[in-house]
Amino acid sequence: MVAAAPPIPSSFRGLRSLFGFLIVLLVLAGAWEGYKLLEGSGLPLPIRADDRSMPHLWDIVRSIFEPARRGSEESLGWVLAKASLVTFREAVAGFGAGSLVGLGLGLLFVRSPLAERGLMPWVIASQTIPLLAIAPMVVLWAGKYRLPLWIPIAALAAFLSFFPVTVNTIRGLRSPSPTSAELFRSIAASPSQEFRKLRIPAAFPYLFTALKIAAGASVVGTIVGELPSGLPDGLGRQLLTFSYYYSSGPEKLYAAVLFAVLLGLTFVAVVALIERLVIPPARRVAS
Amino acid sequence: MSRALRRYLAPALVFVAVLALWEFFVRAAGIQGFLLPPPSEVVRTVSEEWPVVWPAGLFTLREALGGLLGGTFAGIAVAFAVSRWSTIRVGIQPLAVAAGSAPIIALAPITNQWFGITNPLSKMAVVAVMVFFPIMLNMVRGLTDVGGAKLELMSSLAAPDFTTLWKVRLPNSLPYLLSALRVAVALSLIGAVVTEYFGGSRDALGVYISQQAGLTRMAEAWAGIVVATLLGAGLQLLVMGAERALIPWHPSRRLTLA
Amino acid sequence: MTSPMVSLRGVGKVFSGRKGTRTVALQGIDLEIHSGEFVSLLGPSGCGKSTLLRIVGDLLEPTTGAVSVNGKSPARARHDRDYGMVFQQATLLEWRRVLGNVALPLEVTGMSEPERTERAREMLKLVELLEFADHYPWQLSGGMQQRVAIARALTLEPSLLLMDEPFGALDEMTRERMQMELMRIWQETQTTVLFVTHSIPEAVFLSTQVVVMSPRPGRVAAVVDIDLPQPRVFETREKTKYFDKLVEVREVLRTEEE
Repeated sequence: MVAAAPPIPSSFRGLRSLFGFLIVLLVLAGAWEGYKLLEGSGLPLPIRADDRSMPHLWDIVRSIFEPARRGSEESLGWVLAKASLVTFREAVAGFGAGSLVGLGLGLLFVRSPLAERGLMPWVIASQTIPLLAIAPMVVLWAGKYRLPLWIPIAALAAFLSFFPVTVNTIRGLRSPSPTSAELFRSIAASPSQEFRKLRIPAAFPYLFTALKIAAGASVVGTIVGELPSGLPDGLGRQLLTFSYYYSSGPEKLYAAVLFAVLLGLTFVAVVALIERLVIPPARRVAS
Repeated sequence: MSRALRRYLAPALVFVAVLALWEFFVRAAGIQGFLLPPPSEVVRTVSEEWPVVWPAGLFTLREALGGLLGGTFAGIAVAFAVSRWSTIRVGIQPLAVAAGSAPIIALAPITNQWFGITNPLSKMAVVAVMVFFPIMLNMVRGLTDVGGAKLELMSSLAAPDFTTLWKVRLPNSLPYLLSALRVAVALSLIGAVVTEYFGGSRDALGVYISQQAGLTRMAEAWAGIVVATLLGAGLQLLVMGAERALIPWHPSRRLTLA
Repeated sequence: MTSPMVSLRGVGKVFSGRKGTRTVALQGIDLEIHSGEFVSLLGPSGCGKSTLLRIVGDLLEPTTGAVSVNGKSPARARHDRDYGMVFQQATLLEWRRVLGNVALPLEVTGMSEPERTERAREMLKLVELLEFADHYPWQLSGGMQQRVAIARALTLEPSLLLMDEPFGALDEMTRERMQMELMRIWQETQTTVLFVTHSIPEAVFLSTQVVVMSPRPGRVAAVVDIDLPQPRVFETREKTKYFDKLVEVREVLRTEEE
C-alpha cells in the first residue's frame, strides 16, 4: 500500500524534532549511567566503567559550578566560558576572512571562466593537502614573524572555511535554469542586472548552507590550531591541561569537551538563525 | 592528442610552473629553509626520511582505516534501523545535524583516557564517530529516496518487504554510500593525523609531524604532510575505483561505458 | 453474457489533505470490464482516472463501494499476481540490464534461473527488443524503455494489464508507432487491458470501449462503444468511422464541460 502520510505543519514538526532530540539525549544519558552500573560485575568491558574513566553525568555538571583549581575563586564554568570566548573570537575571525575570500573567489570564477580554469585546480588541490595537519607549522610561522598567536590560528580556520563557501557560491550563482537566464535576455536586461536580480538571490540558500559548514569547520580549525601553539587562553589549551591533570579531576575534562562541543553547535546555530531571518522557509536548501 | 591528456595538460603545466617558481623564489629571496623549504628540499627530505616517515604513515593509515570501517558499519546498521522505523528517524535527525556542527575532534582527549594515548584504538574511536554521521545520513537517504514509482512497481508485483529491500532499496543506496565514502575516506585520514596532535604513539605520523615542527625541522614536517597527502589521494583513488566497478550504471559514470 | 472480469460498484474515493480538507476524487463509479476487452479511461486532469486504475490494482483503497477482479478482492488479485502494470515512467531499475528488468517479476515469484532467462527472452522477442537484452535502460530511447516495461508487465502472463498513460512522455510520432505495437502485442497475448489516457485519438484508436470521465467529482460520464474493425492498423486512422467516433467522444466531453 503506497498512500502518503498526511503532511505535518512545520511548527509542530519543529517541536517534534526538539522532543525527539531530548528523547535521544535521555536515552544516551541512560545508556551512560546504565553502562556504569556494570562496573564490578566481572564482565569484560571495552571501556572501564569506574568513576575515573567515566564520571557520573551529574558529577560532570556539578564540576562546572565548582572552582577550577584548588584555592581559586573562579568556577570551572567561568574559566571555560572565558576560554570559549577566546576560541570563538579566533574562529569568527577565521570564518569571516575565509568566507569573504570564498565569496570573492566564487564571484570571480563565475564572472571569469578564464580565472576559473586557471585557479580552480589550485583551489581543489589545496583541499587534498590535509590542511589541519599543518597546524603545528602554522604556529611556528607566527613565532618567526612575531605575529600574535591568534592570527595564524584564525588563518587555519579561514583555510577550512573558504573552500565550501567558494564551491557553494559557484553552485548557487549557476543554479538558475537556462530558461530563467533566457527570460532575462529576452527583456534585454543587462548582464549585471541579470547577475543582481537572478543569480545573487538564487545563490543565497547555497551560500548559507556553506556558511554553516564553514562555521563548524572554523571551530575545529581553531581548537586544533591552539594545541601546538601553547596559546594559553583558548579551549584547546584547556583540553590539554585537563588531560594532563586528569587524575585530579576527570570531570573537568568532560566539562571542557562539553564546552567545546557547545561552542561549535552555538556558532552553527547562530548562522542558522541568521539564515532563518534572511531567507524565507520555502527557499532554504536542505543541507 | 587524446581528450584526457589535453584536459590534464594545462593544469599539469601550471603545476610544474608553480613548483619551479617556488623553487626559484625561495632560493633567490634567501628565505630561511625552515619556514618554507623549496620543493627540491622537500623531495630530498622525503626520500631521506622515507624509512621513518612511510611506516609512520602506514601506522596512521591503520588507525584511519580501523575507524573508517567501524564508523561505516555502525552507520549502515543504524541507517537500516532509521529507515525502517520512522520514529527513530525523527529523533536521530537533529542529533545528526548537531553532530555535524560539533568539533568531534574534541573527543580525542577522552578516548585517550579510555584506551590509552598510544593505543591506536583511541584514534580509531574518534575517526569512527566522525565518519558515522555522513555515512548514516547518506545511507538513510539511499534506502528511502527511491524515485520513479519503483516502490509502487514492487507493490504491484506483491513483493514482500525484504524483497523490495534487497532488490530495490539496497542497489539504490549504493551511489549514496559511495559518495559518502569519498568524504569519509578523506575525513578518516585527516582525522587520524589530527587526533594524534592531542597525543599519540611515537610510531604515528601525526606525532612525527608535530614533533618535527616542534624542533623547527620544517622540511621533515612537510615530508610528513606529503606522505599524508599521498595516502589520502591513494584512498580517494580506491573509492573512485570502487565506484567504477560497483556502479557503472550511475549517471555520473555513464559516459565511460561503451 | 459472461460475468465481468473487473467489476466496480458504487466506488468512491475521498482524499483528506492537511487542515482537514477533503477532495472527492471519485464518486459513484459503476463499471464492468469483460475478458478480452481493451477499455480506456479518458478524461481531463483531475477526473480521477489514475486513481481509479490504482484502486483496481490495489495500490489505493476505495473509500466506498465494492471492487472485484477475477471474482476476488483487488488485494487477493494483487497477491495472486493476476495483473501487470505499466506506469507513466518506464520505472526500470537502472542498475539492471534490460533482461534483468524483464525478469524481475519472475524473481519475485521465485522462478529458477534458466527458466527466468528463457521466459524473459521470450517477452523481449514479443516486443521486438531481444537484441537489446544486455543493454542498460539509459542506453535505450523512451519508447524502447516503455516496450521493456510492457514486456515486464506481461512476463507473468497476467489476465489483466493496467496501463497509466504509458505513452504520455513520448513525442507524437513515437506514440503512434507504440500504439500500433501495443495493438500487435494485444492481439498476440489476448490480455484484457485497462488503459488511462487524456488523448482522444489514442483512446479511440486502441480501445473496444472508451469510458469518458468527468472531474469534480470524478465520475463516469458515458461509455462509448468503439466498434472499429480489428486488428487496428495504420489505415484505421483514415477511416470515416474513426473520425465519427472521435467526434462522438469529443461531444460527450463537451457536454460534460457545460
